[in-house]
Amino acid sequence: MAILGLPEEEFFSYGHRACAGCGAAIAIRLITKAAGKNSIIVEPTGCMEVTSTPYPETSWKVPWIHGAFENSAAIASGISEALKYLGKADKINIVVIAGDGASYDIGFGHLSGAFERGHNFTYICYDNEAYMNTGIQRSGSTPYAASTTTSPAGKMSIGKAEWKKDITHILAAHGSRYVATASIAYPNDAFRKIKKAIETKGPTFVNLFATCPTGWRVPSEKSIEVARLAVETGVFPLYEIENGKHKLNRPRDPDKLKPIEEYLKIQGRFKHLFKPKKRTDVIEEMQKRVKENIEMLLRYEKYGL
Amino acid sequence: MINFESLKLKVNEKEVTIGAILKSDGSTAKLKTGSWRVRRPVFNFEKCVGCGTCWVFCPEGCIKKREDGKFEPDYDYCKGCGICSEECPVKAIEMVMEER
Amino acid sequence: MKKDVIEASHAIAEAVKLVKPGVVAAYPITPQTHIVERISEFVANGELKSEYIRVESEFSAISACLGASATGVRTYTSTSAQGLALMFEILYIVAGMRLPVCMTVANRAMSAPINIWNDHQDSIGVRDCGWIQFYAETAQEAFDLTIMQYKISEDKRVLTPSMVCIDGFTLSHLYEPVAMPGEEEIDAFLPEYTPYHAILDPEEPLTLGPIGFPSHYMELKKTQVDAIDNSINVIKEVFHEFSKKFKVEIPGNRPENYDVIESYKLDDAEIAFVALGSICGTIKEFVDDLRKSDEKVGLLKVICYRPFPMEDILNSLKNVEKIIVLEKTVSPGAEPPLYTELRSLFYEALEKPEIRGFIVGLGGKDVNFEKIKKIYDMVKKGKGKKVEWVF
Repeated sequence: MAILGLPEEEFFSYGHRACAGCGAAIAIRLITKAAGKNSIIVEPTGCMEVTSTPYPETSWKVPWIHGAFENSAAIASGISEALKYLGKADKINIVVIAGDGASYDIGFGHLSGAFERGHNFTYICYDNEAYMNTGIQRSGSTPYAASTTTSPAGKMSIGKAEWKKDITHILAAHGSRYVATASIAYPNDAFRKIKKAIETKGPTFVNLFATCPTGWRVPSEKSIEVARLAVETGVFPLYEIENGKHKLNRPRDPDKLKPIEEYLKIQGRFKHLFKPKKRTDVIEEMQKRVKENIEMLLRYEKYGL
Repeated sequence: MINFESLKLKVNEKEVTIGAILKSDGSTAKLKTGSWRVRRPVFNFEKCVGCGTCWVFCPEGCIKKREDGKFEPDYDYCKGCGICSEECPVKAIEMVMEER
Repeated sequence: MKKDVIEASHAIAEAVKLVKPGVVAAYPITPQTHIVERISEFVANGELKSEYIRVESEFSAISACLGASATGVRTYTSTSAQGLALMFEILYIVAGMRLPVCMTVANRAMSAPINIWNDHQDSIGVRDCGWIQFYAETAQEAFDLTIMQYKISEDKRVLTPSMVCIDGFTLSHLYEPVAMPGEEEIDAFLPEYTPYHAILDPEEPLTLGPIGFPSHYMELKKTQVDAIDNSINVIKEVFHEFSKKFKVEIPGNRPENYDVIESYKLDDAEIAFVALGSICGTIKEFVDDLRKSDEKVGLLKVICYRPFPMEDILNSLKNVEKIIVLEKTVSPGAEPPLYTELRSLFYEALEKPEIRGFIVGLGGKDVNFEKIKKIYDMVKKGKGKKVEWVF
C-alpha cells in the first residue's frame, strides 16, 4: 500500500520520546520505509537512539543495534563482513542512521575507514546541525553564525565562527559510488535517494537535513517550512554525486534564490543577526557564499565532474 | 533461533533480559504520548482531499488513512506539534488549545 | 596432532585457525602484530575462511567484532597496551551486551613514556571492564587457552567476552615446542558457534543496546556480574574437559590438568610466590633450585585472574607462612592490585600469613633468577617495606 508514493507500513513506532515536531523522527520514518523489513539498522548514541529505546521498550520493528557514539560505521563494517561469512552478503540492507555529531566529528575517522575499505552499507546522517541530545552544542555541521550552547552569540562572538564541514564531498572523494544530500521537506526526493543509496553497491552516503525545532528555536509546527526554506535559499542545496558526477537537483538558478534572510529570521539560533542590530555584513557574506556554492555545483555538473 | 523466554531473568522483583535484549516489536506504543499535548489538531473532513501530506510529515507516524481515503490522527499519541496543520495544502487542519 | 617449535604468537594464530572465527579484525601494534600477520597469511592462502577486516584503529577493531558478534558469528582480535586502552569504552559495552568476543592481549607497558616492552599495566588496568582474563605462562598454554576461551565465552551460562594475556616479547616472541591437535579433534571439542541471546536478523528482529534508566541499569548490571562470578564453574568444567581430551604431549610445557590456578610445590611450602604469566617459568626454576637445599618454597600461578578464584587461592595457600606477590603493574597512589586482592582474601583468616608485595619488570625490565633470589632473601630475612620496587 502506498501513500504519496511511499510505503504505508511503519517500522518505527509512535510512543517514542522525541520532542513534538522532531525533524529527525520524520527522517527515521522515511529512512525505514526506504530500507524496508529486510534491514539491519545501526545507530550511534544520539537523540534518536535515546528516544527510541527506553528499556524495556523499543520503537523499532526491525533488527537494530546501538554500540557507542562514534563507532557505528565500524560496527556496520563488522556486520557486513559477518553477513558475508554467513553467505548473506548483499542480501540484507545495512543502514546506519547517525546524527551529525556522531558523523562529522567523533565518528569521522571511523566513517572514513569504513568507506575506504568499501563495505557494502549505507550511511545516513540525520543532520540537525548540532549535538542536540546533550543540549544543543556546536558540531562540525553547525552552520556559520549559528548560536549554540558552546558557541553562543555574544558581544565578542558571532556564534559559530567556522563554516559547515562539507562531509558529502569528503565521502565522495573516498570513491563512493553514490552520495547525496536530501531534506525532510522533500520526502519523495529523500526516499528516492535513500533507496538508491541502499541499492548501490559499496559504501554510500546521504546527508538528510532534519530540523530540530528545540535546538534551532523554531516553533514546532514550522519544522518542515524551515527545512524547505533551507533548500529554497540555497543554504542546503539538494544534489547527488553518482560515480563521481554531480547532479544538482534544486535550487538550480543562483540568481533566483530566495533571500537567505527569510531562512535566518525565523530561527532563534540566528536572532542575534537581527537584534539588537541587524548584521547586514554577516548576512551578505552568508548570501554570497550560498550563491557561490550553487554556482560551483552547477559548474561541476556542466563539466561532468 | 533465539528462545526469547529463556533470556528473561528476575532481579530485585524486576524482570530484565540477558544483555538488555529486546524484541523489535514497537513496544514504545505502550506510552500514550498524547498526554504531552498543549494544542490538538482538529481535522475538517469536508475540506480534506486525502493527499497524505499530513501523514508523511507527522513525526509520530500517528496519522492514519481511513476507509474513505481521508486522514485522521490518533489522539493517544499526537503530541500537538502542529506540522500537519501548517503543511496541509487545503488548510483542513486547525490547531486548538487542548481542554483539560 | 602436530608438534612444532613455534613462536607463541604463531601458535595463537594456529589456534585461531582451528577455532574458525567468522570475522577477524586486525590492527598492528607491537608486540602482537605477528599474530594477525600470520592469520592474514592463512586467509590469503585459503587455509582460513574468515572475513579479515583491516581496520583503521583498535577502536574500530573491537567495534567491528561487536557488530560481527551481534550478527551471530565468532570473532577474534588482538592488541596490546595503547590499543587496549583505545578499546576501553567498547570493552565495557561488549561485556554489558554479553557478546562472546574473544581476544589476545600481548601485555605491554602503558605510555607515557612510550615503551613497547612487557608489563601488565594494560590488562590489569582494565580488570573491571567485565571481561574474563586468563594469563599464559608458555606458548602451549597460550595455544590451549585460546581454544578454551571460545568454549567458555560462548557457553550460555557465561556469555562473557574473554582475553588471553601473553607477555609481550617475553612470551609472544618466544619459540617453544607446542603440541597442536588437528582440525577434527578441535571441531569435536569446540562446535560451531550458535548465538544464544543476540542476533541481527530480519527474520527475528531484535533491539540490541537500548538505554538503561536508573530503574533498570543496576538490575541489568547484576545479571552481568552474576554471570562472570558464576563463570568460574564453567571455566573449571571446560579446563577439565580439555585436559581429559588433550593430554600433555611435551612434558613441562603446561599443567597436566588445567585449573584456574596452578599450585607448584605448594603442599608443604612455607613460603609461596604468587604471580601471573611467563615470569612463573623463571620462578619455577628458582623454586626447583631452592628445593635442592630443602627450602620449603612453592609457587601459586594464577591462570584465571577474572573471575578471581578466591576459594582456590585461599585453599592452596592455607598452610603458607609467607606470601611473596610479584607484580608487573602499579596502582599509582595505592598499593598494587594483586597484592591488595591477596591481602583482602586473608583478612578473615584465623592464621594470617605475612604478605609481601614486589613491583618488578615494568617497561620490560628483565626479571631474572638473581632478582628473584634477591626478593626471596629480603623476605626470608624480614628486610624491606611491605611493598618494594625491585629494579
